[in-house]
Amino acid sequence: MLRKTFFALALMLSALLSIGPALAVQPDEILKDPALEARAREISKVLRCPVCQGENIDDSNAEVSRDLRLLVRERLQAGDTNSQVIDYITARYGEYVLFEPEKRGANLLLWYLGPGALIVALIGGFFYVRSRRAASEGPAQPDLSEDERKRLNELMGE
Amino acid sequence: MINELGHFALILAFAVAIVQAIVPIVGAQKGWRGWMAVGEPAATAQFLLIAVSFAALTHAFVVSDFSLKLVWANSHTDKPMLYKITGVWGNHEGSMLLWVLILSLFGAAAAVFGGALPPRLRARVLSVQAWIGVAFLGFIIFTSNPFLRLAEPPFNGEGMNPLLQDPGLAFHPPFLYLGYVGLSMSFSFAVAALIEGRVDATWARWVRPWTLAAWIFLTIGIALGSWWAYYELGWGGFWFWDPVENASFMPWLLAAALLHSAIVVEKREALKSWTILLSIMAFGFSLIGTFIVRSGVITSVHSFASDPQRGIFILGILALFVGGALTLYAFRATSMQAKGVFSMLSRETALVINNILLAVAALVVFVGTVWPLVAEMFFGRKLSVGAPFFDQAFTPFMVILALILPIGAMMPWKRARLGRVVKPLIPAFVLALAVGGLAWAVESGNSLLALVAVFLGSWLVFGAMTELWQRSARNFGRLKRLPRADWGKATAHAGLGVTFIGIGLLTAGQIEDIRVAKIGEPFTVDGYQITLQKVEQVKGPNYTSSTGTMTVEKDGKLIGTMHPEKRVYPVQRMPTTEAAIHTTPLGDIYLVLGDPQDQGGYAVRTYIKPFADWIWAGAIIMALGGLLSLSDRRYRVAAGARKSRAASAQASPAE
Repeated sequence: MLRKTFFALALMLSALLSIGPALAVQPDEILKDPALEARAREISKVLRCPVCQGENIDDSNAEVSRDLRLLVRERLQAGDTNSQVIDYITARYGEYVLFEPEKRGANLLLWYLGPGALIVALIGGFFYVRSRRAASEGPAQPDLSEDERKRLNELMGE
Repeated sequence: MINELGHFALILAFAVAIVQAIVPIVGAQKGWRGWMAVGEPAATAQFLLIAVSFAALTHAFVVSDFSLKLVWANSHTDKPMLYKITGVWGNHEGSMLLWVLILSLFGAAAAVFGGALPPRLRARVLSVQAWIGVAFLGFIIFTSNPFLRLAEPPFNGEGMNPLLQDPGLAFHPPFLYLGYVGLSMSFSFAVAALIEGRVDATWARWVRPWTLAAWIFLTIGIALGSWWAYYELGWGGFWFWDPVENASFMPWLLAAALLHSAIVVEKREALKSWTILLSIMAFGFSLIGTFIVRSGVITSVHSFASDPQRGIFILGILALFVGGALTLYAFRATSMQAKGVFSMLSRETALVINNILLAVAALVVFVGTVWPLVAEMFFGRKLSVGAPFFDQAFTPFMVILALILPIGAMMPWKRARLGRVVKPLIPAFVLALAVGGLAWAVESGNSLLALVAVFLGSWLVFGAMTELWQRSARNFGRLKRLPRADWGKATAHAGLGVTFIGIGLLTAGQIEDIRVAKIGEPFTVDGYQITLQKVEQVKGPNYTSSTGTMTVEKDGKLIGTMHPEKRVYPVQRMPTTEAAIHTTPLGDIYLVLGDPQDQGGYAVRTYIKPFADWIWAGAIIMALGGLLSLSDRRYRVAAGARKSRAASAQASPAE
């Protein structure tokens, strides 16, 4: 009996709660102008939901994401360019909401580490390969010792 | 009683692991055979004890024994049996127990199947494996004991996160762990070789199957996770560059690199110290992955444990093992003399480039993953690194890799002539260009992404076919008799191509439609007439669901009746969406039912997802390729023996 009541209570509570979160982009948010809506979507991809864990505002169910989506559309309708909209939101919500880190200051390290490491690795690889080629001109290196070869053959034979 | 037995077995396993960590390696150093022989029974006993412990915990979950705190916090009597069982590892403590179970399984496998290994090497490998075991068993017993009791057992449990109550995610962790922990074998072999001070072809031949197996499991595990995200999270994304996903992706990239560099050690006795370093780093990244997920240091959608004390413990383990191994490496790496020589243009060089691309790509993923942490700690900036960064910074590496892969795969060892390698590939290249052009023309947006991805993907597939054809000397009869390793290699490379095609076409061509659908009023998306027929309230075992019935028609013909759901799990008070997906080889129709609207009707999302399933099909093909290659081991060993006999008959060094 107690369990049933508890269950019913929980059900009611959950019904109440499920009214709360609105699921991702809602039909009433979508702009009439498809070109403008497409731009809104593009902007939404780089904006992070401030209260969720790693979702962009388009995919998020949080209220604040809905507010941000509406804000993006408001700014677009006011005639802002994409980067103006992003700047507008970053100025209010901080760098944290940007999924694509700005290329300034310490972030340059993040952006250029990949290409830099690739160049260094390729140069290193080049010298390694060259040294291997040069080794062929040096004296021949000893192969396995007789004992080792016997052991190897034993292994292989199994 | 059974719980206490499990608890006791766990502590006993800890004791056995300590013995195994010390005795065999001391024996190997001193040359005491008796001490070295301890490794084998200890590894088996350790595995059996942990298996008993794991079985006891599973039993507690199955019978819903809420006197165990863990069961109470993560289970519920109404939960279906499947999720009671998978619930064992659907939480921090249980998943760590699964982790050590798999670790000891690999240890026992090395003990049982390692009979042909030199006894000293085997003793050392088993001891190193036991060091890891001691660290993680200690972690479980001291910070994450799954067998803690509640003084007054409650009536019922708290239930399990409904997102985790799903077959895709239920089996995702075991595969991932088999992969992560499988890399511990290459780590143990690497450390044992460093202690021993020698690395040769035999060593590589032992390491490669373990790495290959780990890589196969990782591939399947990652594909399962991505597939789960696609159908469960409700908008059909397949990869989010989430820290937890990255945590599994970095070891995958490094395992792929290791797999290839170990071939060079095995066949050509070059790249030895690099291969050792990769073995250390691949497992290091598995530990980093465990650390990221377990500590919650970088929070994410999938993380279900965040406890700083545990984080510090794992960080300690990480520092000890990776730091220790790297120190050992610094002292011993110079003793690894390379033997094989090769020219600038050779398979060896191609594999060096493969390794550079994979390793730097893994570095990019790593830096992107930890950058928010670094920026906050050292620069005082709270920032995010997400998909837009990774798409730009990571993709170029994959593009270059795919471009050169078919050429590299065709190169002979030692010395290649570019003309001879490239000429047979011309038809594949032209065909791939044509297919890419076709995709570009057909795709509504004429997107460059579709062109590039489809071209690269087809280039990989046709390139792999060309390679098989060339290897069989253009003879159908011989094609069948090619060694399985050749088939495995071509299959895995083609699988990568299939995944490329899937990702490109899905990303470039997906269509989304969001609207209010009224009952019985059809709407059109991409030529499909879709009608929401009705929405019913249905009661499931541990949830209630609003189940929609939707029909999809094309040109007046019924294609399918689909049932998207919106579920509410009352125990966790959490809603989930269950998308309805109509799958065809050329793409999916993906329907999501939203909330009822004030002015009548329901919010409905329709997605057309072209070629979506190719992404996971490609991953499965890759894993299959790995499996083919793995099944060829005996042949490779025999071939190696023949070759070395031939070499000794000539009685002169190879070069």
